[in-house]
Formats: sequence, C-alpha cells, structure tokens
Amino acid sequence: MAAAEKQPVTVTFAGPLNGVASGLLTWVDQRFPLMSSWRDHLSEYYAPKNFNFWYYFGSLAMFVLVLQIATGIFLTMNYKPDAANAFASVEYIMRDVWGGWFIRYMHSTGASAFFICVYLHMFRGLMYGSYRKPRELIWIFGMLIYLCLMAEAFFGYLLPWGQMSYWGAQVIVNLFGSVPFIGPDLSEWIRGDYVVSDATLNRFFAFHVIAVPLVLLGLVAAHILALHEVGSNNPDGVEIKAKKDANGRPLDGIPFHPYYTVKDTLGVVVFLIVFSIVMFFLPEGGGYFLEYNNFIPADPLKTPPHIAPVWYFTPFYSILRAVPPMFGSQFPGVIAMGVSTLIFFLLPWLDRSPVKSIRYKGPFFRGALAAFVVVFLILGYLGTEPTNVWGQFGSWLSNADRATVVARFCTAIYFLFFLLMPWYSKIDKCKPEPERVTW
Amino acid sequence: MVSPTVFRFLRAAALAASLLPVAAGANEGMRLQPAPINSQDLASLQNGAKLFVNYCLNCHSAGYMRFNRLRDIGLSEAQIRDNLIFTGVKVGELMQVAMDKKDAKAWFGAPPPDLTVITRSRSSAAGSGTDWVYNYLRGFYRDESRPTGWNNLVFENVGMPHVLWQLSGQNTLEKKEFERHEEAEAAYIAAKTLSRLDEVTMAGKDGKMSTHYVLNSIVPGTGTLTTGDYDRAVIDLVNYLNYMAEPARLQRRQIGIYALLLLGVLFLFAFGLKKSFWKDVH
Repeated sequence: MAAAEKQPVTVTFAGPLNGVASGLLTWVDQRFPLMSSWRDHLSEYYAPKNFNFWYYFGSLAMFVLVLQIATGIFLTMNYKPDAANAFASVEYIMRDVWGGWFIRYMHSTGASAFFICVYLHMFRGLMYGSYRKPRELIWIFGMLIYLCLMAEAFFGYLLPWGQMSYWGAQVIVNLFGSVPFIGPDLSEWIRGDYVVSDATLNRFFAFHVIAVPLVLLGLVAAHILALHEVGSNNPDGVEIKAKKDANGRPLDGIPFHPYYTVKDTLGVVVFLIVFSIVMFFLPEGGGYFLEYNNFIPADPLKTPPHIAPVWYFTPFYSILRAVPPMFGSQFPGVIAMGVSTLIFFLLPWLDRSPVKSIRYKGPFFRGALAAFVVVFLILGYLGTEPTNVWGQFGSWLSNADRATVVARFCTAIYFLFFLLMPWYSKIDKCKPEPERVTW
Repeated sequence: MVSPTVFRFLRAAALAASLLPVAAGANEGMRLQPAPINSQDLASLQNGAKLFVNYCLNCHSAGYMRFNRLRDIGLSEAQIRDNLIFTGVKVGELMQVAMDKKDAKAWFGAPPPDLTVITRSRSSAAGSGTDWVYNYLRGFYRDESRPTGWNNLVFENVGMPHVLWQLSGQNTLEKKEFERHEEAEAAYIAAKTLSRLDEVTMAGKDGKMSTHYVLNSIVPGTGTLTTGDYDRAVIDLVNYLNYMAEPARLQRRQIGIYALLLLGVLFLFAFGLKKSFWKDVH
C-alpha cells in the first residue's frame, strides 16, 4: 500500500477550517495523485522566466476551447440538425432564446478567435524553434490538434445551413471526388447522399459535437503532458534545465503557479476585451467571421456566383486553386493543398540550424520566415476573392489572371520555405546562443 | 513586450508585402448611397413597420420574426394586433404569408425571398445590406421590355415590380453617353438623382474594341409623395428591416459597453496581481 505511506496534507490557508480541509485533502490524496499532480504541473513546474507576448496564445487557445465547448453545449439545446429546420433554429436562437444571440455570437466569434490564437501560437513555435529536439512530439501533437480544429470548423460551418455553409461543404466534399478511381464513391460515402443533404447535416453534427471534440480534448492533454515532460522552450531557445541550483531547480525557471497563472490571467482579460469588442460591436467581422451569404438559407438549386471558405482556410484554398488541373483532373491541386498542411509535421527534421531561436538565427532563416509569412497572408487574402480580383495580364502572358499568377508564385515560395530549409538553415550565419536566458 | 528582433522581423515582412503589386478592382459595380438611418428613432421604426406590413408582407414573408417582438419598437400588443395584423393570426405568431411558392415562381420567375435577415444577406464590400435596400427601393424605373413593366438600377432585370409606385410615381431612366472617363465621372458625381455609371466596351464596324461610358439616372415621376418624402419613407422602411434582421442589436451594444467596463475593472485587478507577484522575479 504505497498510497498509505504518503505524507498527510497540511492546509494553512483555510483559517478555522484548516483541520477539516487537511483531513479531506489527505483522504483524497491517499486515493488519487492530487498533490503530486499539483506540484508536477503547477506549483513546481518550472517555466522559463523570459516568456514574452507570443507565449500568451497557448493558454488563450485553451481558454477559447473551453469557451467553445461551453457555448456549444448551450447552442445544442436549441439547434436542430435537420435540413428543413436548421436555418430557422439558428434564427430562433438569435431571437427567441433568452440570451441566445449572446451564446451564438460567442461561439461564432470564438471559432475565428480559436484560429487566430492557434496561428499565432504556431508562428511563435516557428520563430523560437519550439519544434526542435526534444520537443518534436509536442509539435506533432500540436499539428494533430490543428488538423482536428480544421475538421471541427469545417463540420461546424455546415450547421447554420446557409448558402455558404452548403456550397462550402459541397466544394470541399467534391475535392475527395477527384481522387483517382475511388473518388466519386468516396465523396458519396462522406455525404451519405448524392448531394449535400439532410443526411450530411446529421453526420456533420455528430462529428462536430461529439467525435472531433473528444479527440481534440485528448490531444490537448497529450500536448500538455508532453510539454511538461521536457519543459518549455523560450524566446532565447536555450534549455533552462542546463543550469540548475543546489536544489535541482532551473536557475532561469519560475514555478508556473503563481507566476504564469497570474500572467496568463492578465492575458485572458486582455483577450476578452478584444473578443468583446468584436462580439458585441462587430459580430460579422466585416463579413469574414459571419459571411453575408450565409444569411440566405441553403438552396441546392442555386449556386452562389462566388464561393469562398471562411478566412482561416483560405491560404490552403488558394494553393488548391493555384495548381492547374493535370490530365483533366483537379487531384494535383488537392494533393498540394493536403501537403501544404501536412508538411508542417516535418519541421523538426527540416530545420538543421545550430540554434533554435530567431534571435540567433542568421539572415537566411529570417528572410525565409518573413517571406513565408508574407506569402501565407497573400494566399489567405486571395483565397477570399475570386481569381479575377486583380484583373488580367496582357496578351504577353496569354491574359492570365493576375491573382492566379501571384498565387502560383506564392505557392512556390510556400513550399520552398520547407523544402530548402535543410539547406539554408544549415549554411546560415548564426549568432552564438547565450549561456542563460536574456531579459 | 514585443522584442526588438520580432519587431524588426515584422517590419521587414510588412515592407516585403508592400512591394507586391496591388491592382485596383476592375469591376466597380454600383456605388451605393449610404442609408441615413437612426436605429434608435422609434417613430421611424414604427412607420417602417407600418410600410412593411402594408406593402411587403403580402408576397414576402418574415418567417423568423414574431409580431409581438415589435414591442421592442414601442408598440403594445393591442396596437400590434389592431394595426399591423391583417390576417387574424395571434400576436405571438411568425410573420408568414399565404402566397404559394409554386405560384410565386410562376408569377415572378422566382419566389420572393424571406425578408427577416435581408439587410444582413445583402451586405457586401460595396456597402451594408441596409444601404443596398435603400438604393434598391429608389432604383425602380419604367421599362416596357420587362414582363412587369419595371426594371431596377441596382438589381437589373429583377422579377419584382415596383410595389411602392403610387408613392414615388412612375420613374423613368435617362441615359447619357460619354467618351472620356473623367467627363463621365464628373457627371456621375454631379448627378442629382440615383445613378449608375457603366463602362461599355464593344467592337466597332472596323472590328476595333472601343470603350465609352453610360450614365444611367433616375428621372422622378409624380406620385402621392414628393421625392424627398418618398426617400424618407424608404429610410423608415429600411430602418425597420435593419432592426428586424437583428432585433437584439441595440441590446447587444448596450451590454457590450457594460461588459467592457467590467473587463476594464478586471484588467486593473489582473494587472495589479501580476505586477505584485512578479516583483520578486524582476
């Protein structure tokens, strides 16, 4: 009975109730790893003291996840996953359910906020080399979370059953139809019908509210457990565990609780201020968070003139459109789009730089990352617009759409950022890393 | 808190982005006049509701809106029942219409859309949906080539006839052609009535492509209202449509201000807490 040998827990903060609280916690602790979990993950988990602005977005993403689950539960109470009633039930939530608009806007704004946090969180990883050894598995779990999040957003976007919901889903499911041989059967299997229909809505609802969130929560737990196993990286990219004091505590580490719990609380409050400005005053986000076309009920007989996915998918959608059809098939574009998301998985092995952080990396890596950010944003913008948005080139380029040519160029840069990384990160002229963190 | 390295990096990224060519959109479309509505003006909203149930709610439904929600705009249930419901439905019911969808399709080419959220769905980069409806309802003109005898400057070849024609009179369309863009633009800006400028490119007799500009302007007819009063009636109507698209809008903004004030206070506490805990780290 190892549990019985544990030290009793002594509570000192509960005043006259110290005795009762100590007894209760001791009882629990002898049956559950309560105090050891508290120590391992909070009070004695040492995080580098030099976290900067970019380190807020991990905790913020987790906060938004909780927000989405909480608001989602309340939406489910009044939403009807039924092609005949779905659109009306969303308007019912917006009008007749007490506080319904509040919950719905929180959920719809939260979807975009989730992606903003996750993109900034991933960019942080790119800048400071957080994916490098020994944190490869944290990065892989993170990428799996990102893929799940994309699936979650895609399934969820069908639910309001507006024109964009419907035709967006139609376009994405049709992508699977371009797979050689099995394509048409595959997309029909996904839809459960010949077109996106009530059957599709029902299964997407099931995926959105049960299947994907379950996987997502498990992956988030794995992401954090892996992080706490190896310890956090920091803006200098040096290991704080390399320099410890006599008690074995990292010299540049501070306990996560209370230091980062109070700091992240501040981050959450600032986030909520920005979130509230959008949610209460600009809930449509200029047509990017709630697309205007989605206020028209889905009509399977009326294709909108311009179908664009929600903003967080548009860089990849641009890549899809940029790749020309080959042998009469769109499949190469679909492959390019798939690879453009999956290639992030390889980062830990593509980066051969002797240093982790952008602070000490040389001009090649910095330039490459800057170019990557720029092309990612341009691709993202172009994905929201029709391909003729910038007009056409003259006859010298056979009147090609300017936007398509730019998207092709950006797609090439996008992939070169990854494919050339083993080379440019190795020959780059890096600065020496400091012994300890700087701040 | 953003480190200098990151700042330099972002600056370089922004510079690189600015070097890429950004071409202006070739398709200008109709420039919408903004609708001068005041969403807190109850008299305007009530007049809009009256116009809506009298003129719109015969062919168009507002199937997600309940009559008794109109208490928001200062009406009592008795007032709503006595003045705004003509079909004998209960005051708690939705604004439905009796027109059969199949009939409507045969008569107009397409069933008239539900109007509950029309000002949200008609929003675009050109302007809000409220602006769009404001221009649309002032854009009807006589066109004998159309089955209904009406056409529209904002929505060309629309299936809907000009339902408010008795108020506005029978407007007509005047076209002026220009060779040069500057002249056309100047005439467009100087136009006193709702107008649309079109760029027309066509092949001449010699096969060469040439471009000229056509300014289409509404010429007001004589109705029971003057043009100014008609515009005011349309403003009230779109004000109402804008309200109906999101009845909780005013409440949302009000609660938003309280939420921000509360978060402001919370920020002070969170900031103080962080500062005092981090004293021993610094």
